[in-house]
Amino acid sequence: MAFNIIVLAKQVPDTRNVGKDAMKADGTVNRAALPAIFNPEDLNAMEQALDIKDRFPGSTITVLTMGPGRAAEILREGLFRGADDGVLLTDRAFAGADTLATSYALSMAIRKIGKFDIIISGRQAIDGDTAQVGPQVAEKLGVPQITYAENIEKIGNGKITVKRRLENGVEVVECPLPVVVTVNGSARACRPRNAKLLLKYKHAKTVTERQAENIDYIDIYSSRPYLNLTEWSVDDVEADKVQCGLSGSPTKVKKIENVVFQAKESRHLTDDDVDIEELMKELIDSHTIG
Amino acid sequence: MNNLFVYLEIEDGVVADVSQELLTKGRSLAGQLDCKLEAIAAGSVADLEKIEGQVFPYGVDVLHLFKDDRLSPYTTLPHTSILTELFKKEQPQICLMGATIIGRDLGPRVSSLLGSGLTADCTSLEIGDHEDRKAGKTYKNLLYQIRPAFGGNIVAWIINPDCRPQMATVREGVMKKEIFDPYYKGETVEHNVADYVKEEDFVVSIIDRHIEKSKVNIKNSPIIVSGGYGVGSKENFQLLYQLADVLGAEVGASRAAVDAGFTEHERQVGQTGITVRPKVYIACGISGQIQHIAGMQDSSIIISINNDPNAPINSIADYVITGEIEKVIPKMIKYYKKNSK
Ligand SMILES: Cc1cc2nc3c(=O)[nH]c(=O)nc-3n(C[C@H](O)[C@H](O)[C@H](O)COP(=O)(O)OP(=O)(O)OC[C@H]3O[C@@H](n4cnc5c(N)ncnc54)[C@H](O)[C@@H]3O)c2cc1C
Ligand SMILES: Cc1cc2nc3c(=O)[nH]c(=O)nc-3n(C[C@H](O)[C@H](O)[C@H](O)COP(=O)(O)OP(=O)(O)OC[C@H]3O[C@@H](n4cnc5c(N)ncnc54)[C@H](O)[C@@H]3O)c2cc1C
Repeated sequence: MAFNIIVLAKQVPDTRNVGKDAMKADGTVNRAALPAIFNPEDLNAMEQALDIKDRFPGSTITVLTMGPGRAAEILREGLFRGADDGVLLTDRAFAGADTLATSYALSMAIRKIGKFDIIISGRQAIDGDTAQVGPQVAEKLGVPQITYAENIEKIGNGKITVKRRLENGVEVVECPLPVVVTVNGSARACRPRNAKLLLKYKHAKTVTERQAENIDYIDIYSSRPYLNLTEWSVDDVEADKVQCGLSGSPTKVKKIENVVFQAKESRHLTDDDVDIEELMKELIDSHTIG
Repeated sequence: MNNLFVYLEIEDGVVADVSQELLTKGRSLAGQLDCKLEAIAAGSVADLEKIEGQVFPYGVDVLHLFKDDRLSPYTTLPHTSILTELFKKEQPQICLMGATIIGRDLGPRVSSLLGSGLTADCTSLEIGDHEDRKAGKTYKNLLYQIRPAFGGNIVAWIINPDCRPQMATVREGVMKKEIFDPYYKGETVEHNVADYVKEEDFVVSIIDRHIEKSKVNIKNSPIIVSGGYGVGSKENFQLLYQLADVLGAEVGASRAAVDAGFTEHERQVGQTGITVRPKVYIACGISGQIQHIAGMQDSSIIISINNDPNAPINSIADYVITGEIEKVIPKMIKYYKKNSK
């Protein structure tokens, strides 16, 4: 038994460590000041895929990402960890996509990739924070979805068994293939890059990257075809432009604000006994506590 | 037609708090829009038996019932079919659901089928107009869906000008739950489930399920003693439990404290935890990052205990105690006991 797996992975700004310099004076985020990383939960997704490949040799993993040209880094990162192939979906027409337009574009690319048994995505991206793309890709492809997955327990005979992490418990579900599984951050962490694969795929590039750089060892791309990363445009995946990007997005951002909290007039106290006793008395007398 | 719908989450015959919070919000929005508030309950016969009394007092005009034992516990596809088929007939202008595991599983699937927009994790919902200067068009009475994004560092105002329903999810505890009228009586419509759900919708089967009733109830506690990374250790967290014990309070925590293993995840306050608005919030060794403040800024009185006089949380605190928690908390316990009768 072997499975065709597609991993959806997004390149995101590292919003977990937003320092003061990452906010512009107008209150918007200065994306340039934030490092671009592999969305954390997509790494958990990647590990689930690699685990299936370990268990069922001959299975293949294709990493699919939609984003600007530099998102090709995500594909290399996937290859370094054990993916077999990578596809970058990139086109100006995809810009400004909400989750629905993103899902439409991804689903068209998946149709072009062709056969798949399992699509594995992260639960949520740390910039948009919506957790909507996985289920919407499933709907667009007309296959069932299993969200908040913590572990793919079993797979075979056309079926998959998955453990889900719920708010107050766990659930184990069984579902026929093909399916979309979205993986939670509580799942196993991804294995590190593999040194051999790092060497093998170091020079893997999309056609745009090869053209942009003046590479003198250009002939390696014809002798080693696995170094050619696939790059597709709207037309390549036969997508309807109107359903992509801004025009395909029912939600519009009306405005963006910086987060400001109302500062209060505070009373300042020391840790001396007098101060603390005063405070406790005051709170009791005003029936705030007690 | 064009009413406001709320999808109800039901576990063991009990309507979830988040759904009742959304009914409360939905009631006030429906009043503003001069439309009806409708609710959808899909579940087993037993689950829906005592549903009306938990729904009508929130001002629901129409309750749609879908009874079928295969609808509990929740699975994605049958609930999706119910919502999409019902919405094709009813053409709601707004649909609200919890930003829970169920709501975040169901909402995107339904919105994708209907081609309507969905805004995740809204912290505020308002009605307002929108002028699209480029298209020369004015939209009346849109739903402004206000939500944090970028890890809580910005707030985005999202609208769905053209597609209906305007769909939004909201986390538990963000909206307030309030009885509208204990005697309010709406109409109940029971639908024939087979008209909505196909046999193939039941392809996913639940083979095992463990749900534990949460032991902590910090959301409804009037006083919260909350600890951060500055508390330093699991042992030191005991001081917080002691203070909470004498005050009749619950213990909360920042994410850094939870991540460090000082206490359980269920106690986490903030953007990815629980939203609370107690009478008193005592923040012990919490610096006050945006994501934490987002979950407690509406507390009536905030007391910050921190050894750093410049901790960001101090700017929103009513009382700032500069000192070590190891020293301050035992004194608070001592002087509370001394002065309370
Ligand atoms: C401030 C702000 C607020 C927004 N709010 C909304 C909103 O409320 N509703 C809405 O519809 N859109 C919203 N968007 C747009 C949304 O962020 C984008 O559509 C984004 O491309 C996908 O959504 P996400 O980041 O939330 O991904 P999620 O849905 O959280 O991602 C889930 C998983 O899907 C996969 N995935 C997502 N994007 C890609 C990709 N480009 N390539 C490959 N895999 C991918 C990954 O596996 C990821 O882990 C907002 C954008 C901004 C800037
Ligand atoms: C997407 C996202 C979501 C998040 N969601 C949440 C969330 O829901 N909730 C949440 O809390 N965080 C959340 N965070 C994390 C948040 O950004 C902060 O990292 C976290 O709140 C910091 O916790 P803290 O204040 O306890 O720790 P720190 O920032 O380390 O602060 C410790 C404080 O303790 C003080 N201190 C140290 N020793 C003592 C002592 N002996 N006595 C008194 N004071 C002392 C220090 O001066 C400092 O102010 C989220 C982050 C991201 C990116």
